[in-house]
Amino acid sequence: MTNTDRIKQSLAKRYKRERRFQWYGRAAVFAGFAFLVVLMLDIFTKAYPAFFIHYVKLDVAYTAEALDLEEGATEFDNANFRGATRDAIYALFPEVSKRKDKRDLAKLFSSEAEFQVRNRLLNNPSLFGSTTSVWVLLDDDVDSYLQSGSKTARLNETQLAHVQTLQDAGRIERRFNTVFFSTGDSREPEIAGVLGATMGSIFTVTVCLLVAFPIGVLAAVYLEEFAPQNRWVDLIEININNLAAVPSIVFGLLGLAVFINFFGMPRSAPVVGGLVLALMTLPTIIISSRSAIKAVPPSIREAALGVGASKMQTVFQHVVPLAMPGILTGTIIGMAQALGETAPLLMIGMVAFIVDIPQGFTDSATVLPIQIYLWADSPERTFVAKTSAAIVVLLAFLVCMNALAVFLRKKFEKNW
Amino acid sequence: MKKLLLASAIAAATVGAAHAAGRDQISIVGSSTVFPFATVVAERFGKTSGMKTPIIESTGTGGGMKLFCSGVDINSPDVTNASRRMKSSEFEMCQENGVKDIVEVLIGFDGIVIANSTESGQMDVTTKEVFLALAKQVPNPDGSETLIDNPYQTWSEINPALPAVKIEVLGPPPTSGTRDAFAELALEGGCKQFPFIKAMEKDDYKAVCHTVREDGAYVEAGENDNLIVQKLESNPEAFGVFGYSFLEQNSDKVQGSLIGGIAPEFETIASGDYPVSRPLYFYVKKAHVGNVPGIQEFINEFTSEQAFGEEGYLVDKGLISLDEAKREETRKAAQTLQILDSL
Repeated sequence: MTNTDRIKQSLAKRYKRERRFQWYGRAAVFAGFAFLVVLMLDIFTKAYPAFFIHYVKLDVAYTAEALDLEEGATEFDNANFRGATRDAIYALFPEVSKRKDKRDLAKLFSSEAEFQVRNRLLNNPSLFGSTTSVWVLLDDDVDSYLQSGSKTARLNETQLAHVQTLQDAGRIERRFNTVFFSTGDSREPEIAGVLGATMGSIFTVTVCLLVAFPIGVLAAVYLEEFAPQNRWVDLIEININNLAAVPSIVFGLLGLAVFINFFGMPRSAPVVGGLVLALMTLPTIIISSRSAIKAVPPSIREAALGVGASKMQTVFQHVVPLAMPGILTGTIIGMAQALGETAPLLMIGMVAFIVDIPQGFTDSATVLPIQIYLWADSPERTFVAKTSAAIVVLLAFLVCMNALAVFLRKKFEKNW
Repeated sequence: MKKLLLASAIAAATVGAAHAAGRDQISIVGSSTVFPFATVVAERFGKTSGMKTPIIESTGTGGGMKLFCSGVDINSPDVTNASRRMKSSEFEMCQENGVKDIVEVLIGFDGIVIANSTESGQMDVTTKEVFLALAKQVPNPDGSETLIDNPYQTWSEINPALPAVKIEVLGPPPTSGTRDAFAELALEGGCKQFPFIKAMEKDDYKAVCHTVREDGAYVEAGENDNLIVQKLESNPEAFGVFGYSFLEQNSDKVQGSLIGGIAPEFETIASGDYPVSRPLYFYVKKAHVGNVPGIQEFINEFTSEQAFGEEGYLVDKGLISLDEAKREETRKAAQTLQILDSL
């Protein structure tokens, strides 16, 4: 047998091996993709009901008598809106007379209904004295029953019959759930929303970016371009790399000790959360910025220095702009990490029930991942859909940030 | 580029420096069991009083006490929730740190239930049987007064009247207040019925009565009670330990076991007949009343009849209310800010 024969023989075997390897690779990609699809399907199917909500039409009598007010009153602060709402509910079912049955009936409506009735009048005082139809929310148990059609033990037969009557009379309407996107947290699932947590996330990530980006980039530029080569600089480099591997809860403890206990900053505030997360993302930004700066070809520096630019001019007018796409990618990855973080925020009081929507950096706030955690832990079953819907919002937030990263990278990208 | 860096550095510095000195929002910490109730009150309070809605952190009873007792400066919390009474050690810690005047408010009770899926039968156990099923060491079944590692594998080995299924109980981990209360009320309640254990030294007694078996019959299922409910649904032979409010919300999926012949229901827990129930409290720092706006009004809202009364909105959320006389007494003490002298 000649050498050529031997090679020919083994050739088939080697090709086969390569093909097999390619299949392993495809299987790995497919498995990863399948997990992602299953996860997404699960989240989206669970979240879907949370994007719709049922309203019911009540004929509310805004009369002085029903509201316990003087005739011709102009101030409505002390008006009995609870009573007026109850009257409107009972008027729908005149045959219900027993106290217990009336309570069961009232339970079909959200406790928010009286506030909706109140707001309608406060926004439009000319309604006083008339009877108007107001669309109010249903209780979360009724809402989930209407969404899924499956009975729960929390509604008895009479209550279900009442719901059917309302439906037949065309008093129930399914709408897109705008409440979910315009309110803060609530213990009533039907009026719980993600706006508070979303604003909290925006404030926190903004502080994080404003602190971590300049410090991270300056540190990277100095270490890469100016720092002398000695043992101290090596030590700092090793420590930065180690810092990237420190568990995030440690930064929370540090934040509690330094920012809250020592500097006396407020608890539960996005400014403290942002600072803590900035400490956590700094190493990521420094490491990725350094490799981006390192990737700028030396010829660029040499050319700039050659035509008489100073070291400072070379770095800031040539090297850093060219390294920008890489720096931005690293920064956005760091920010995405910070956006999904809950552990360090636990120590500084951001895992909290907060209803009011934060207006600034020092207002109390929570963030999206914490909102997801709090809802997942709530006893009311309708929070299951809310939990998934909040995950969808968080994912949308992340996709927006990544899209921004891609856009910026494309914009600054240069080929040489 | 330089300008951008400079601008963001300056912005960061100003943001970091600016923060309010005073506070116009009540800050509440403490028990995760009281959390669902306190949050409802806070939300109502925010909507009706025109003041800011209080912030409530769920830190656990012990963690809440630590924060509450850390001092009287305005950054420390105003109120802490507790699923047990304040310990004397905690009271002393408070006193040492200058938190002298504390107002104690009892708001109601919470039951802890042992539940299983509605697909299988309802169980009727005694606390003694619960102890024998779940303790790490139990009295030797041969009658000699010695302790052996828990030999029981099925419920029927303990009492032939119980179902012949493997003992599998899903419950909270040791960090949870629910677990503490369960150990204290259910396990210890059964444990002290053995006279020779009751006669032991205090430390030994506690170790025997509170130690849960680790051979897989008791499964630590994490702090999330919803998860336990879901697992019970998929495994009808397992039992779960969690708070009454979760049983109430999921009564179509799970049923509570009878303990000593008594079902975990609103009436039996309120009357104290159901043996595994615990009191819920909140504590107020009197020095902050008047300095942080709304504390007095918040206390009034919490102790109003429409909140913690028999038909109040907290009962809808699973709170077991106090009886009428006790409510009246609590309300009076709370509204006049009666101070806790000692424990």
